[in-house]
Amino acid sequence: MNGNRLPTAEFEVEEVVRATHSAEADGRQEPGIDMLQVLAADGTMAAGLSAQVAGRPVDFSPYLSSSDPDHLRSLYRDMFLIRRFDQESTALQRQGQLALWVPLTGQEAAQIGSGRALEPQDYAFPTYREHGVALTRGVELAEILRLFRGVTNGGWDPRERNFHLYTLVLAAQSLHAVGYAMGMQRDQLADPFLPPAASIAYFGDGASSEGDIHESMVFAASFDAPVVFFCQNNQWAISVPSTVQTRVPLAQRAEGYGFPGIRVDGNDVVAVEAVTRWALEHARSGKGPVLIEAYTYRMSAHTTADDPTKYRLSHDEQEWQPRDPLVRLEAHLRSTGMADDAFFEDLGAEARTMATGLRQAVLSMTAPDLASRFAAVYAEPHPLIQEELRFFEQYEAGFADEGKHA
Amino acid sequence: MATMTIAKAINEGLRASLANNPKTLLMGEDIGELGGVYRVTDGLKRDFGALRVVDSPLAESGIIGTAIGLALRGYRPICEIQFDGFVFPGFNQITTQLAKLRTRSDGMLTAPVVIRIPYGGGIGSVEHHSESPEALFAHTAGLRIITPSNAQDAYWMIQQAVTCEDPVIVFEPKRRYWLKGEVDTAAPTTDPFSAQVLRRGTDATVVAYGPLVPVALAAAAAAEEDGRSIEVIDLRSISPIDFDTVTESVTRTGRLVVAHEAPTFGGIGGEIAARISERAFLSLEAPVIRVGGFHMPYPVARVEEQYLPDIDRILEALDRAFAY
Repeated sequence: MNGNRLPTAEFEVEEVVRATHSAEADGRQEPGIDMLQVLAADGTMAAGLSAQVAGRPVDFSPYLSSSDPDHLRSLYRDMFLIRRFDQESTALQRQGQLALWVPLTGQEAAQIGSGRALEPQDYAFPTYREHGVALTRGVELAEILRLFRGVTNGGWDPRERNFHLYTLVLAAQSLHAVGYAMGMQRDQLADPFLPPAASIAYFGDGASSEGDIHESMVFAASFDAPVVFFCQNNQWAISVPSTVQTRVPLAQRAEGYGFPGIRVDGNDVVAVEAVTRWALEHARSGKGPVLIEAYTYRMSAHTTADDPTKYRLSHDEQEWQPRDPLVRLEAHLRSTGMADDAFFEDLGAEARTMATGLRQAVLSMTAPDLASRFAAVYAEPHPLIQEELRFFEQYEAGFADEGKHA
Repeated sequence: MATMTIAKAINEGLRASLANNPKTLLMGEDIGELGGVYRVTDGLKRDFGALRVVDSPLAESGIIGTAIGLALRGYRPICEIQFDGFVFPGFNQITTQLAKLRTRSDGMLTAPVVIRIPYGGGIGSVEHHSESPEALFAHTAGLRIITPSNAQDAYWMIQQAVTCEDPVIVFEPKRRYWLKGEVDTAAPTTDPFSAQVLRRGTDATVVAYGPLVPVALAAAAAAEEDGRSIEVIDLRSISPIDFDTVTESVTRTGRLVVAHEAPTFGGIGGEIAARISERAFLSLEAPVIRVGGFHMPYPVARVEEQYLPDIDRILEALDRAFAY
């Protein structure tokens, strides 16, 4: 793939998969970038984590939670629940109860690990797939489904949980995250007693091609904004592989903007959490932005409207299956005696109860009255809105009269 | 009362906004040390510092997108776009994000971002420096769009835009930046989202906004010499449009000419013509006639005088209206 790239960047699925496989089979890393990992696919955990970041040695070990069984169990619980949420939501979409669903299966560790690294005063700007991050921020999961049910374009109060609304236009939120961080920076200058805070911008490998990602990184670097860019490289932008998006590892791009970039095993929840904690602290302490590339894999489709069988080969998926973020943490919890069968059975029961509750919540979501939608367009009175609302109400009332006479 | 140019009036309005609210800040390309390519922000960085008057990287999406983030954090950003034709790299942020934030959050969030855009032609410049893209923004719900035509409005409307809870785009008529006028800094101008009758008349109404307001007034003065009494309305607000003021006028005069620099097709003039035809059909003595630019990209400077609506084009339109 690398040597004989067509000028149009067209690709053959076979070729992409072969290139990926041969690199992985050899255990090769892409040149110039290490992938940080503590929890191996077989469930063994390394004792510490350190790496060269932007040419300097960084010890992430103080940010590792690997010795805390309660914490590890809670990370597993979050990942398990969000996968069950994903399955239930997919089922609801298939049954026509949701207009669309955006699955996250495979990306649980990237989302739960990074989300759990956030402090309450931090602010997250998600794309549209960050259900796991939402869970860590305490957003009611049913509220996420309101967007996909088609009863709102939002669903929750972003200020309550410092978790912004989903953004469907790719990469637009990365600039909001930078601006928000610039506001945090100013707030800190005005009141040094405020707890230091950072924002985090989530985006995917596909979005990394959007101009807004570039501009957000330029702005963040220019103003040393306390922002962490968190790229979940799930290998595919719908049907286009990340190899078409970039010629260098995405994390390496940070160097060009003048701030640290880190590639972490996105299926290793412990490493993701540690690296994100370090990055957030780096940003909060005035040292500027950090880019984290969580190297992961979208096990499921891009959305329920997608058909990965048209562009992906099954052995590609089989290759990633053993690296499943849940499987490896379960192996670790079991082998170390941190969790037993009872733990996993209880969790399964909890997830089933959650799924039942979600299903009921979705079925009880009712469409808003269109008349109510006029109210949220402008904050201040607007004559056109008032005129059109009057028209609409009279028009609707006309049908009510017809009904009465019928 | 002080006499100042429109550019100076906006400068003083921005100064007052910065002084009134520590959360207000300016962002844009070259607005700091240089004071903007039109010097509208001249001296503000010196007096308020680099945190309040931010020389940003050259990236319009970046300016507007970060402004949205700052607004979410409680700040009041005022963005400067250097020229009308350069707003399009930021079009996505304005139309898909800024305009819709309130609706998407079911009214929980507001995005009180102000975007200043010098617009319109008549300055003899090169391409993308003379366009009038207001209709493209007016079509998007969630935005407010205003355009001052005199120093008094320039001073106050920018301040009113900053205190408005909704996003406001201020289209500034760049060829009028040096037009002088009286400014009463003690008495605010009227509601910025209303139209103003600048000249009373009985035979026809001319609606104009921004750079064409002085042209409309001059046309009305010329028509008076021919014995026609022309009412002139400065629209001031392009979204929302104060249709009540226009309707009331047309009901009295029976004829309406709408003039703007933007191409006639798909422009604001068409919206006004349609609405007034609905609202005042029985009062109209003639169809509403539009005067505007042609369906072409803004032409090269050497021929822009032929493209831009002038006094004669408005008088010709009035002639057509009176011919019915």
